[in-house]
Order: sequence, then C-alpha cells, then structure tokens
Amino acid sequence: MSEITELPTPPAAGQALDAAVSSAPERTRRPARSVPWGSVALTLLGVVVSGVGVAALRDGNGWLQLAVVVAGLVLAYVGGGQLLRRRFGAGFDLAAWLCTTWLVLLLFAALLAPVLPLGEHQDIAGSLDAPILAAPDLLSPYPLGTNNFGLDLLSRVIHGARASLVVSLGAVLIGTVVGAALGIVSGFFRKTTDVVIGIFTNSLLAVPPLVLLIALATVLEPSLGNIALALSLLALPSVIRMARASTLTFVQREFVLAARAMGASRMRLMVRELLPNVLLPLASYGMVMISVLIVAEASLSFLGLGIQPPNPSWGNMIAEGEGNTFEEHPHIVLVPGVVLFLTVFSLNLLGEKARKRFDPRQAKL
Amino acid sequence: MGRTLMKRAGELAAVLLIVSFGTFLLVSLLPNDPAVSILGPGRAPAEYAALREELGLDDSTLSRYLDWLGSALTGDLGQSVVPPQVDVLDRIAAALPVSVQLAVMGMGMALLISIPLAMWSAYHAGGRVDRVISGGTFGVLSVPSFLAGLLVIMVFANALDWFPRAQWVRITESLAGNLYHAFLPALTIALAEAALFTRILRNDLITTLQEDFILAAKAKGMSARHVLFSDALRPSSFSMVTLIGLSLGRLIGSTVIVEYLFALPGLGSLVIGAADTGDFVMVQGAVLVIATIYVLTNLLIDLSYGVLDPRIRRAHV
Repeated sequence: MSEITELPTPPAAGQALDAAVSSAPERTRRPARSVPWGSVALTLLGVVVSGVGVAALRDGNGWLQLAVVVAGLVLAYVGGGQLLRRRFGAGFDLAAWLCTTWLVLLLFAALLAPVLPLGEHQDIAGSLDAPILAAPDLLSPYPLGTNNFGLDLLSRVIHGARASLVVSLGAVLIGTVVGAALGIVSGFFRKTTDVVIGIFTNSLLAVPPLVLLIALATVLEPSLGNIALALSLLALPSVIRMARASTLTFVQREFVLAARAMGASRMRLMVRELLPNVLLPLASYGMVMISVLIVAEASLSFLGLGIQPPNPSWGNMIAEGEGNTFEEHPHIVLVPGVVLFLTVFSLNLLGEKARKRFDPRQAKL
Repeated sequence: MGRTLMKRAGELAAVLLIVSFGTFLLVSLLPNDPAVSILGPGRAPAEYAALREELGLDDSTLSRYLDWLGSALTGDLGQSVVPPQVDVLDRIAAALPVSVQLAVMGMGMALLISIPLAMWSAYHAGGRVDRVISGGTFGVLSVPSFLAGLLVIMVFANALDWFPRAQWVRITESLAGNLYHAFLPALTIALAEAALFTRILRNDLITTLQEDFILAAKAKGMSARHVLFSDALRPSSFSMVTLIGLSLGRLIGSTVIVEYLFALPGLGSLVIGAADTGDFVMVQGAVLVIATIYVLTNLLIDLSYGVLDPRIRRAHV
C-alpha cells in the first residue's frame, strides 16, 4: 500500500502546464498600451453592478440579487486580474492573493470575535427583538440574515470559524508532532520498530475516516478537545508515512554520516539532523490537511455528532437549514455553506501552490 | 506472487486484529459505566450488577476481547443495547446492500462523467474548455459532500422536482424504481469522485498523447475518437485505478453522509443513528464490518495492478 500514497502528484505538473500554456500567448500577442481602458472599464463596471445589486435590488427577488452581485464580482475579477497582470507581470496570481486575503480576514475575525461589534450568536434571550429568518441584506443590521431564533448569522459564522479553526489547527498540530516523531523513529531504527509502527499506521488507515470519527463520537463527550484528538487520528497515518519516507532518504545523506562520525548520539541525529529536513515537506502538507480536517469537523457537526448547538459551527449551522426550512429560507444553508466552501477552496489552492514550491519531489522535475 | 500474497495476508490479519481490538476498546472510552448507559440512571444497584455480570464486564479486558472476537468470528455481533434490542448482524445484513449499491453506482457515474471530460480536456489542452474544466473540477473538490448533497436536492428535488427525496425502493421490488430513487444520492457521491478522476486522467492522457504510437495512429488517419478510446485510454488509466483504491475511504464516508441526507436505510444511517443513541454494540459491529470490507477491497485493488500492468507483475516476482 505504501507506494500508492505518493501518487497524487500529477495534478500539480498538469497545472504548471496549464499556466504555461495559458499565459504564454497573452504575453506575445498584446501590444503595449499606456492605459488599458478596456480592463479599467470592466473592473469599474463589475464594481458598479455588484454595488447596484447590493443597494438597489434589496426588496426584489433574492436570487436575482445574488445573481447580479455574483456577475458583478466576476466582471471585477476578470478586469482586475488583467490590470494587475499588466502592472506586476504575467505571473501575478489574483486568485491566490484573494484566497490569502480571505484566510487572513477569517483568522482576524475569529481571533477578534469577542471584541467585534457583532450581533448575538448564541444566547436566544439576547435576540428576542431581532427579526427571525431575515434574508441577507448587507445594508441592514443583520448583513447575512438571521436564523429561526433571530440569531445573527454573520456573528454565528465568525464564532463558528473559531471552533473550526481551533479544532482543526489543534488536530494538525497534534498529528504533526506525534506523526513526525513516530515516522522518524520508524525510518531511523527500521527493523521491528518499523514493522510495529507500520502495522499501527495500516490499522488506522483500515477504518474509513468518517466512520472512525463517528465511532469515536459514539463514546466521547463532544468537547472541542476530544474532537481535536479524534481528528488528529485522521492526520496521523499520512504524516507518519511522509516523515518515514523523508527520513529514509535523508538518513543516507553525507551530513548525517558526518554527524555520526563526530560521535553524535542517536537522539541528536534524529532531532538536530533529521527533524528539520522532515518538517519542511510536512509544513506544506499541513495546509491541505487543515482543509481536510475542517471538512471532517463540519461533516461530524452536520451529522449532529460534533459541536453541539447552540454553540455555532459551520456544520451544525448548515444542519439547521436542512429539511423544511430549506425551500423557503435557503440562506440558512447557503451562508455557512459559502463560507465553508471559500475557506476550503482557499486552503486547497494555497496548499497546492505551497506544495509545488516546497515539495522536494516536485523540485526535481 | 505466492510469497507476496502470503506476506500481504499476514499483514492483513494483523491489521484486522488490531482494528477489532480498537473497536472493542471503544466501550472502555465510555465516560460512564456501560451498564448505566444501557439501563439508564436511577435503577437499583442490584440490577446494574446483574447486567454487568450478564455482559461479563467484570472479567479482564483480554478475556472479554477474546470472547467478543470469538463470537464475532462465528457471526454473532451481539444485541443492540438500545430498546428494540435487535440482532446487530441482521440489521447490518439488511443495510449493507443499500450502501454497496450506492457506492458502486456513484463510482460508475463518476467514471461516466470523468472519462469524456478528461478526454476533451486533454485533447484540447490549454484551450478555453480545458481551463474551465480544470477550474471547475478544482472548485467541486472543495465542496464537502453534505453541502453538495444539499445543493443537488435544492436543484433536482425542490426546484425542478425531477426526482424524489428521502425514499428507497428495494431492488427486489422494482428495478426501475430502485434506480430512479438511487439516482440523486449516487450523483452526489459521484460529483467529488468525478472531479478527482477528471484531473488525474487528463494529466495522464496529456502525457500519453505525446507518445510516438499516438502520432503513428494519427498519421495512419485514425479519428480522434479512435485514438483516444482505443489507443490512449488504457495506458493512461493506471493512476486512476490507484486513485479508485485510495478514494475508497472517502467514498464510504460520502456514502454515509448521503444516506443520512436522503434518509436511506443503509449502513451509514445505521451507524449514525446508533452513534446518536449511544448504541455502542451496533457501532462496534458496523465498524468491524466496514473495516473488513475496506481492507479486503484495498487488497483486491493492489492485486489488480498486476493484471492491468504486466511490468508490475514481473517486478514483484
């Protein structure tokens, strides 16, 4: 099974090809002009259209408003992308910058949630005077609408981000620390140690991730700490395998031999010589791991086995809107759904970029 | 081949033993006494003691495990601990076909969607359609399956009203009805898989299409369709077969979610319902069955490489 884990590299190579193919003709074809009026107009048009969508279509059909705003944003994205590529060269990746911005915003919002002027997110007694099931309207006091208790969805989404991020970052941290330790030990000592850790890894892999989570949720209290621990078990096998694989290659290198010749202890070899080299590829993998774990946490909470309401989490917020409320008030599902999607998408995109850049296997190509 | 097979079988046995032990240990993670969880609080202490005696909870962990494993191997996974105290194995046997059908249909639909998309993409690599497909598949991969399922329901069941939600017709009752009701759940499962397959197959196809034998086929005047389907597909499909094996875990996960979402009587709904009520005996049994199927399927996929690619067969011997 071990040779399979390293296979999902081809998409990266293909994407590089993509980028090369798509950017090459543009550079040669377009003549140099002083001001790209077309792109400026497109960007402005996009901003105006989405502004009109937000402000002027407030009382109309929600779907129409959404369509207009999205169309405006797409126009602004295309126009802005052209402008920025002119300014900073063809390699400028607007999507990556937007993803970074989104994640930074989310992180700050989550960190500062207690001091931000947000509506009530959890205590039903605090939202008695708020309208229930209000549709999203960016210019109202409830920008993203309210749920069936009148709780503010913007506030709930941000507090949900706190839970999601704490749980998944914690799980990745635990998984990386334990996994790197086990992987290095396994690759360094080989023999029986390797076999035992290998069987342990395979056993973790023998239960499908979600089923493992559900099984643990049956018996554990659904606290943040327990959920993070359960999620870290999902991260563990792949981290162990990656750490073991890099250890196997690095342990044969000259600098390890040199350290050994100078009389370094086994502990020192593992911690000072191997660990720094093993951690780098793991760090770029961590980004993708976080996105996988955010989805896992959201799935668990969606199934009612993770973070329990009234504590908000993206998963249980989506579960709230499922069923009969879904047809009349789709925003209850769509608001946390879009936030979840954007976060996962951003992490995947940046993770892919980071992997292309830092993964030594990719660098050799 | 024989020796590899023996080695794999040994590993497999060890893995299954550990998984079963882990599953068994679930009970000891329970925050309170299993007897209290089963009977509920507020009974006479003698009743709890009697139940503990009956369940053998006072014996040592190892002897309890061996007991449990012994009866599991003879097909007795125990009784559900939550009121309709049904036989766990019966419930699992009734639920399993639904899950297997959904997973197989989802995988089949994913292949049906992804092969033509990947071929179009690879044949016109770098073109507009290719870029849209690449971006689209990347986006679809970032949609969690429960969200995808809700969107599928929103479009096909609520807005268009083409398909029903939350009904299941057994295949023994009516084949057409069964396929009709299984369509939306299978589509939900297929979406993410199709996106992944399209990306992998496209990349492999692009490499294959640069080979000399493709040039030769084109020079002989073969049509694009013939070149793609007859010459390029098979040598490009190895990564995808690997991926089918790798994505099996996720496939089972999305089957679980889809069953919950569409209220289908499969293994996933069974596990989630049991987890919700704290029916750990049911969860233990289901996890054991799912893990066994998962490990065995992975073994079969590993062995299938040799069939697909003779070079691997030689390398192993």
